Amino acid sequence: MKKTDVSNYDHYLKVVDCQQACPAHTPVPEYIRLIADKRYSDAYMINWESNVFPGVLGRVCDRPCEPACRRGRVEEEPVAICRLKRVAADYKDDITDRLPKAPEESNGKRIALIGAGPASLTVARDLLPLGYHISLFDRDQQGGGMMRSQIPAFRLPETVLDEEIDYILNMGVESHFGSAITSMHKLLQENYDAIFVGTGAPKGRALNLPGHEAAQPQISIGIDWLANVSFGHNDKAPKRVVVLGGGNTAMDCCRTAKRLGAEEVKVIVRSSYEAMKASPWEKEDAKAEDIDIIVNHNPTEFVVEKGKLKGVLFDQVESFYDRGGNRVLKNTGETLLAECDLVLVAIGQDTSFEWIERDIGLDFNDWDQPCLNESTLQSSIDKVFIGGDAAYGPENIITAVAHGHKAAISIDLFCQGKDPMQRPKSDFNLISQKMGMHEWSYTNIIDHEQRNLVPHISWQEAVKELATEVELGFDEQLALEEAGRCLNCDVHTVFTESTCIECSACEDICPTDCINFIDDIKDDITPPQQLLKGKLKVDKATDEQDYFISDNLQTGNIMVKDEDMCLHCGLCAERCPTGAWDMQKLTLSNIEATIK
Amino acid sequence: MSFAKSRFKHKSLPVNDLGLTYREYEGAISTLCAGCGHDSISAAIVHACHELSIAPHSIAKMSGIGCSSKAPNYFLSNAHGFNSVHGRMPSVTTGANLANKDLTYLAMSGDGDSASIGLGQFAHVVRRQLNMVYMVANNGVYGLTKGQLAATSDKGVRNKTGELSLFNDIDLCTMALQLGASFVARCFSGDKAQLVPIIKAAIAHQGFAYIDIISPCVTFNNHEGSTRSYDYVQEHVTTGAVTDFVPIKEEITSATPEGEFEDICLHDGSIMRIYKLDQDYDTSNRLKAMNDVEEHKQRGEILTGLLYLDPTARNYHELNETTDMPLNQVKQDLLCPGERVLGTINDSFR
Ligand SMILES: Cc1cc2nc3c(=O)[nH]c(=O)nc-3n(C[C@H](O)[C@H](O)[C@H](O)COP(=O)(O)OP(=O)(O)OC[C@H]3O[C@@H](n4cnc5c(N)ncnc54)[C@H](O)[C@@H]3O)c2cc1C
Ligand SMILES: Cc1ncc(C[n+]2csc(CCOP(=O)(O)OP(=O)(O)O)c2C)c(N)n1
Ligand code: SF4
Ligand code: SF4
Ligand code: SF4
Ligand SMILES: [Mg+2]
Repeated sequence: MKKTDVSNYDHYLKVVDCQQACPAHTPVPEYIRLIADKRYSDAYMINWESNVFPGVLGRVCDRPCEPACRRGRVEEEPVAICRLKRVAADYKDDITDRLPKAPEESNGKRIALIGAGPASLTVARDLLPLGYHISLFDRDQQGGGMMRSQIPAFRLPETVLDEEIDYILNMGVESHFGSAITSMHKLLQENYDAIFVGTGAPKGRALNLPGHEAAQPQISIGIDWLANVSFGHNDKAPKRVVVLGGGNTAMDCCRTAKRLGAEEVKVIVRSSYEAMKASPWEKEDAKAEDIDIIVNHNPTEFVVEKGKLKGVLFDQVESFYDRGGNRVLKNTGETLLAECDLVLVAIGQDTSFEWIERDIGLDFNDWDQPCLNESTLQSSIDKVFIGGDAAYGPENIITAVAHGHKAAISIDLFCQGKDPMQRPKSDFNLISQKMGMHEWSYTNIIDHEQRNLVPHISWQEAVKELATEVELGFDEQLALEEAGRCLNCDVHTVFTESTCIECSACEDICPTDCINFIDDIKDDITPPQQLLKGKLKVDKATDEQDYFISDNLQTGNIMVKDEDMCLHCGLCAERCPTGAWDMQKLTLSNIEATIK
Repeated sequence: MSFAKSRFKHKSLPVNDLGLTYREYEGAISTLCAGCGHDSISAAIVHACHELSIAPHSIAKMSGIGCSSKAPNYFLSNAHGFNSVHGRMPSVTTGANLANKDLTYLAMSGDGDSASIGLGQFAHVVRRQLNMVYMVANNGVYGLTKGQLAATSDKGVRNKTGELSLFNDIDLCTMALQLGASFVARCFSGDKAQLVPIIKAAIAHQGFAYIDIISPCVTFNNHEGSTRSYDYVQEHVTTGAVTDFVPIKEEITSATPEGEFEDICLHDGSIMRIYKLDQDYDTSNRLKAMNDVEEHKQRGEILTGLLYLDPTARNYHELNETTDMPLNQVKQDLLCPGERVLGTINDSFR
């Protein structure tokens, strides 16, 4: 069979499920080990280098890393990666003197960033230490984008946000708050060497049902309403509020309404509870705050009585999937009138590029989205780069950060006259963790404890005040316990064919039956999944990880390791009489980002 | 630092008829040298017992002294066991088996334990046809006492310290054949595909089953010039047939080589299926088996596989016509039926 290529880091990075899943490739196991060592500031800096907003993300990240976590495969629940990030942020010391500084001497290149959300702020942070001059424009009065305007203070305290935004602004950004950019054409005339568009997806979708016009004063677009609350223009909600939509915006709307005095808050959604787009923890938190989530109801009319909104009329529906896998709704014949004083429409957002003239050479596709090179985020005007929600529609903060890194590399290459497609390859290092007999420089004993829950304040307390943070975060003891659950997936099982004597000791000791010695299969073309079916001790449980396939050993056999279930416990290396297995830690220099 | 095996296991591990995975058949974590062949034998026993769905508590692990004799600690934590005096495992097992013939006796011995100090015991337990599986982990040395040559070492080899083997080797398979063992096999610890079915068949066989398992001692007998090293064995091992064990209930769907095969039906109705690689191969001919072992040896090959099997042989209990009920369950009033019965017996001699 075809040997796994380990001449670069691709195979090993994939093995680190969380780091691979994190759009910014945060070295998760490394920072968790530092937390376990109570080195909170170090853990914070590792995070800051990759994801720029550890305090923010430690609270509100979408956490694509957690469903990927190996722990979820070998046990039940993933490591609380996100909440451990918050631990690093909460318990760190003052780290300001560890932040990179812009050089005294500028490199002469001027970059304009439009929008001060996480995407633009990341570009600023990555380029400032390289000597770029950064001009940042936002129509809002403060930086942060939707992290400030949308995410309510009970999930993300303002102080945490301010602190991490200031780290960047204080590096020497020339910021222009309260200034909306209204013409790309004009901007292009100014002598910026490159322009980054990070304007997000700021346009909330409306719901034009019968009655819409008459009821207009009592219908708000969810994200506009939330922004008004954030900026202090609105501090009250009427008694009865209906929220339409089942995503995270809907969850923030309903919980905010509750805090602004609404007594009866209903989220009414077309889909089933399971199919709702909101993260499971957001739904749970909303339910815990006594918010009614009514599923399988499709809105049909804003009912108006005497010129005033009476409520919203719904058809009850059943949803099922047709043979093509598409969701189909069928009316059951039942209807529901949800009486209310305010409707918040949270059914999606779109990008808004009215300010980009269509005749200046910036190409748009059929969906009115700018055409971008996916690897570089470069538009059809070579000095214009677009990232964050503006690039491909609404995502999340960590994706915006990853886009920021990507665009910063592109801009840096572009400004040096280089081809942004020629991405610099990251260095990687594999370092043996062996210290002696049964002695490793990481804790290889497997912790069998279950995931620790983050303490919350009581919901009655929580809903009293908009700015009261609901989650309390781990205390130190819980943090250390949770950190102990990490399996150290970045400490890899590295195999050397030439020293293996095929004694099968590793195969026998492996608790999760990852290792197999089998007859070689003379076929380099058929996918390994197919070739290996039924050939291993236990068939693959998931396809999340690949096989690690060795070269031919002395007898001609091969070693096949299923990377799915490996606990990184090092027993194979302990048991190997010849050191053919070794546990080696992978270090990558902040891949796909300019700050190493 | 740690040296503990995680309780976590693969999510799709098969469970057997008792609802157990093989992990429930494991023992303590081994303290033998990393890479010792004996650990592979332990693993093979674990898998064989799991696949046969034997309740661990119906097994007794018997051993003498040596690294190999320590091995029972590293499999089947929930089985009974007796770690006896050096070379005396056969008599202890005989006693245990007499008292309770219902247990499955898995004996693990070494070539020192069985071919040196325990040779007499070995010979007699074979003769007695005790219903047991007698495994010898054959590494050519006394591993536990740091590598002195064992009586199974080939003449002319040197051990790690340079000591020359002056005498002819004892081949325990040949001896077992000669002394009337009804099941004789030789295996290599590194070949579980062969070892596991043979252990399963040996357990199913209701008589004396001997398995000689070449099991390299990585620490004291894995050097160049050794005829029990991993390299040497991997290069010189050969077999006359691929054997597969088919339990009673199971459909025959094995993925073993195509072509002709022969089935041998064991006591409990399970089948030992034999795919001949060598047309000459025959498990029913004791003399030929002895001859084959010697011939291969002369050619510098190690013949492995099932060497001889007589599924009809009668075991110790059958030969002695003991009661159906294990003796340890026979109640006192039956064992000691009282004066009236004694009188009748005495009268019969008058
Ligand atoms: C209610 C809600 C809750 C959310 N909760 C989470 C969460 O918990 N976790 C998470 O990861 N993500 C969350 N998100 C998504 C997340 O906020 C965004 O994906 C992210 O902020 C996008 O970053 P960005 O930099 O691309 O743009 P944005 O954060 O949207 O920033 C764009 C900025 O550009 C400015 N701007 C736009 N047009 C112009 C212009 N023409 N001139 C000048 N300035 C302009 C805007 O004022 C804004 O400040 C949430 C979104 C919403 C709506
Ligand atoms: C009566 C007695 N004599 C000698 C010894 C010393 N001794 C311990 S183990 C052993 C040899 C073991 O060799 P083997 O059975 O081949 O086991 P291995 O360690 O090679 O697996 C000897 C001689 C002893 N324990 N008891
Ligand atoms: S580190 Fe080695 S022994 Fe441990 S689970 Fe992974 S492959 Fe198995
Ligand atoms: S323990 Fe080491 S020498 Fe033995 S089979 Fe495994 S890798 Fe090879
Ligand atoms: S000394 Fe030899 S027989 Fe004993 S445990 Fe070590 S390798 Fe195995
Ligand atoms: Mg020995």
